[in-house]
Amino acid sequence: MSRAALAWTRRRRALAGYARAFAGNRGGMAGLAVLALIGLAALAAPLFIDADALSLTEAEGGRFQPPGPGYPLGTDAFGRSVLDLVVWGARISLTVGFLAAFVSVALGTLIGVVAGHFGGWPGNVLMRVTDWFAVLPALVMAVALAAVMTRSTLTIIIAIGVTAWPTTARVVRAQTLAVEARPFIERARALGGGHAHVMLRHVLPNVLPVVLAQTTLLVAEAILMEATLAFLGLGDPGTVSWGGIIQEARTAGAISSGIWWYMIPPGVAIAAVALSFTMCGRALEGVLNPRLRERR
Amino acid sequence: MNPTEHRPDTPAPEPADAADRPGPDRCLEVDGLSVSYRAGGGEIPAVRGVSFDLEPGSKLGVAGESGCGKSTVALALLRLLPRSARISGRVLLDGEDVLDMRWGRLRAVRWAGASIVFQGAMHSLNPVQRVGDQIAEPLLVHGGAAPAQARSQVVELLEQVGLPAWRERSYPHELSGGQRQRAMIAMALACRPRLIIADEPTTALDVMIQAQILRLIDELVTGRDISMLMISHDLSVLAETCDRLAVMYAGRIVEEGPADEVFAAARHPYGAALSAAFPRVGDPASRRAPRGLPGDPPDPAELPSGCSFRPRCPEVQERCSEVDPVLWPAGPGRTAACVQVLPPEQDTRPPPGRDRASETTGE
Repeated sequence: MSRAALAWTRRRRALAGYARAFAGNRGGMAGLAVLALIGLAALAAPLFIDADALSLTEAEGGRFQPPGPGYPLGTDAFGRSVLDLVVWGARISLTVGFLAAFVSVALGTLIGVVAGHFGGWPGNVLMRVTDWFAVLPALVMAVALAAVMTRSTLTIIIAIGVTAWPTTARVVRAQTLAVEARPFIERARALGGGHAHVMLRHVLPNVLPVVLAQTTLLVAEAILMEATLAFLGLGDPGTVSWGGIIQEARTAGAISSGIWWYMIPPGVAIAAVALSFTMCGRALEGVLNPRLRERR
Repeated sequence: MNPTEHRPDTPAPEPADAADRPGPDRCLEVDGLSVSYRAGGGEIPAVRGVSFDLEPGSKLGVAGESGCGKSTVALALLRLLPRSARISGRVLLDGEDVLDMRWGRLRAVRWAGASIVFQGAMHSLNPVQRVGDQIAEPLLVHGGAAPAQARSQVVELLEQVGLPAWRERSYPHELSGGQRQRAMIAMALACRPRLIIADEPTTALDVMIQAQILRLIDELVTGRDISMLMISHDLSVLAETCDRLAVMYAGRIVEEGPADEVFAAARHPYGAALSAAFPRVGDPASRRAPRGLPGDPPDPAELPSGCSFRPRCPEVQERCSEVDPVLWPAGPGRTAACVQVLPPEQDTRPPPGRDRASETTGE
């Protein structure tokens, strides 16, 4: 019992060490704070924003009302509160960001581990395919995919997921090669482990830290990509997203009419979330990779 | 003992012709094993025609400097070499040729037929998995054991190697070097193999722990009729643990014989140099003047003509550059590959049956 307690104390201390290292990174903490705020707002949004406020026909505000009492960030072309829209848009942006990052990281990890494990011609073929996807302009590819499929949030997730994986695949492959060179892999093969056994039980747990850091960085990329696709009018027209708001603002002529409150809040939100994720990812990378930690 | 009955964990069925074969009296038979690596457009020979046998329950030590092919031989026995290696010859494990095995059968034979205690236990354990899970790994891979059953077996194995049962929950970094090697030994015993290949099992351990580990291996192996192939550069360790000793140089066995005889009075100058390199307890003369052997083993890509040990040999003769000596009887149960032991009339041409020279003296 005391042994288990000891192990737990040690584990808690190790976690506390990571937390302290992360806390020492001011950029990472700032990013985390912004993310926590936005995440909380997105989760709690249904509590203080009712569906009417977001409806094109039921909204009560006037058209293009400048920021003032009742509407801290003004209203849009349909009399909806821009603040409500931005808060509601966080839900879609974060969902798409996370799911698309997950899809692309899963795909990239699968291809990276398989390419690194098998090497030889199968590995080469996989990496050439990866290169092909890497040089293909991701935006054009995503636009093409989003245009062919039905317009829905799922389409956006898939379009981002299948275009953003090459970086992950390369990083994971490199890490896989490093792990595969270690003697415990030889031991696993010697005890009769097959390919699946080696990849799942030995390589994957050892590449996961890299994958984790990669995921946080990819979320930022996915959110930017989602905003871009929505801005280009490829998003789901039935949902409110940051890119979608900016696109509506553009079609409503907000730029020429000087209706800044229609465009700037969603733009700032996109930038803030993407920046926060990047800063968190960098900080996490530094914490999980002791070599980076020392150099800082 | 019937080998199939001996290995209840073997998942794949024995091939159909196994019953037709006469019961193997040797658990390992290596015949003319050669390994070469493809590198830089050429083929570099790492092992050049190694033959030896291992009877059930016997212990053979393989000695030699780094780079003489010891570990390559060990890995070739279970076909664990990288893809750039080309293997030829025969490796019969319980009468079955490992080099011709299909992939599934090979996987079944690995660990269940022969397991390996690797050098550097520190790196042979996965740092992110608990020790108990890793010891259970071969049990689960080779089917049979349910997780709960495997767990109780792990506890039993840990006890056998002298580790407390709660160590099962530890991660490798929480164990000392000796404890890790004990865990590796427990893992090697897990599937009750007939043969254990110990590849420098005591490297990087301090002398006290080395002695403990060697004693442990000896006890476990002797107690269950497991044969062992132990590889080391330390002739004194091998002489103490093994029944027979083979000395390797430049990819060949240059001397073979009963362990204490080879250690005490090697017939090949290289064997003599290896045994002289370790000071002997109780012999002040050797302690005051430990002798090393100057020079390095030859580059396998550019072996010297004649005897490959010629450039470093303290007893080099003129004919050494003309004759490439093969293993030749050098006393009862002993062979050596040196012109000094070749009969004078045979010295300019290879004797008949050169590859199986070791067998002619076997009886």
